[in-house]
Amino acid sequence: MSQYVETQYYTFAHPPHELVLKSGIKLGPVTLAYETYGKLNAAKSNAILIFHALTGDAHAAGFHQDAKDPGWWDPMIGSGKAFDTDKYFVICANVLGGCKGSTGPSSLNPAMGKPWALSFPVVTIEDMVVAQKYLIDHLGIKKLLSASGGSMGGLLALEWAVRFPDTLQSAILIATNYKHTAQQIALHEVARQAIMSDPNWNKGDYYGKALPAQGMAVSRMMGHITYMSERSMEEKFGRKLKGKEKLGYDFSHDFEVESYLKYRGKSFVQRFDANSYLYLSKALDYFDLSQEGDLATVFKGVETKFLVVTFTSDWLYPSYQSKHIVKAMKANEIDVSFIEIDTTYGHDSFLVEIEGQSKLVSHFLNNIAKQCHCEER
Amino acid sequence: MRTDHKYILQMIEPNSHVLDLGCGDGELLTLLMKYKNCRTTGIEIDEKEIYKCVERGVSVSHGDIDSGLADYSDKRFDYVILNESLQEILDPEKVIAEALRVGKKVIVGIPNFCNIVARLQIFFLGKVPVTEGLPYTWYNTPNLRFLSIKDFREFCSGRQITIERQLAIGTSKEIFLWPNLLATVALFLISKS
Repeated sequence: MSQYVETQYYTFAHPPHELVLKSGIKLGPVTLAYETYGKLNAAKSNAILIFHALTGDAHAAGFHQDAKDPGWWDPMIGSGKAFDTDKYFVICANVLGGCKGSTGPSSLNPAMGKPWALSFPVVTIEDMVVAQKYLIDHLGIKKLLSASGGSMGGLLALEWAVRFPDTLQSAILIATNYKHTAQQIALHEVARQAIMSDPNWNKGDYYGKALPAQGMAVSRMMGHITYMSERSMEEKFGRKLKGKEKLGYDFSHDFEVESYLKYRGKSFVQRFDANSYLYLSKALDYFDLSQEGDLATVFKGVETKFLVVTFTSDWLYPSYQSKHIVKAMKANEIDVSFIEIDTTYGHDSFLVEIEGQSKLVSHFLNNIAKQCHCEER
Repeated sequence: MRTDHKYILQMIEPNSHVLDLGCGDGELLTLLMKYKNCRTTGIEIDEKEIYKCVERGVSVSHGDIDSGLADYSDKRFDYVILNESLQEILDPEKVIAEALRVGKKVIVGIPNFCNIVARLQIFFLGKVPVTEGLPYTWYNTPNLRFLSIKDFREFCSGRQITIERQLAIGTSKEIFLWPNLLATVALFLISKS
């Protein structure tokens, strides 16, 4: 095996067998970019599907050739790590609607010979899960040992568990929710408005032209504030000045936190597509597993084992939201464990707090694998 | 195996559904799964203990006992266990009522604060007792409630709670004579009349 990882692509739903989206619109062909780590055993019983968060991608672990940085969850996935690639076959795919190799608004619309832009149909969390089921079927996997993700990734894992309960042995839901609340929708709407009010956004038609860089940057700055906690920002930046010894009494930046957010905003423009951000954030806002009804009824017949993890300082996806999920699972006698890890990193904890999560994930998976003898090659 | 765990195991029918309130590192639930083929779950407030539970494969919820019990419907469990946790609870009356709601039977394990060693220390030393079973001093004890076997029996009789079984334990074995004086720990199997 090469020491580098490579993104692979799977194209399916060719007309006339298009993917039928939740909205009723047909979409096809669809391509998913995905990566795998470790080896699928002969029984195909050691596969774990990882779902990425809003601006993540298929590159969850390892290094691409000539890359400086590893994948987004590298501390958790690899040989001897929590998702141990010596034992498990780990899969991560870029979601439908994304911009990292999977079909999305920045992809070429074959009928028009140019990028879809806003003519791309609105996709939902449900559609993303259905698309990834095609991939799992393509890989010949009938039952996943586990599915896991943080934030939007947690929503996807939850939706998978409810939609395809027979295909999932266990699921690990981290810093997530079962429906977006008014505050979560509101924060997304500000981010979307920032992008759409940038003149360069041009109603989504900016491909090959100037990017809506300013709008993207502002939306990302907002996002980053919501991913941290007040305390983690205070610890990281405080009122430290950046590049100057005293206040400038002007509107160039003074404080380190300002310069950090600007840097984050700027680098986001290079790595993400503005329209994808609109589509994916909308998909999150539309999601409501309870369909405005009783959440407990949704879990009827689900036999998947769950581990639900939250963080004390996460105010974007606060613990009580996961506790609602746990309560609804308990009402259905589902085997579920819940832990609230004491951290200061806010919502970012799922990417940063590795020690506690590693212990939990490795032991949880160990016990699941033991019960179904899924480790054997 | 801990003496109290040994006797709790004896009280529980095989293949039961058990909830342990304040399950710690999940040791008792592990024993119940192994020797009695029980379906189990626990509630525990200490984050460090949750990791140990998950390592043992014990399903557990991180949180306090009060709000944890509210998640369950009536008579959901065959047994609810409150071992060595009642004395640390802010509102034991409510928790026992809730435990009797979600469980068909409840097992309560208490340290006997009126054990003879404690009584002698109070009488002769004139100080709050520190014994093997009650190793804390007044300023660092986690215990909020101080009760004896007699106190708990009185509590039950006033509330239509039936004591189906009482087991008084000394340093290592069951005590039959003068339990309220000689026992260090007591276990009660109770149900709602």
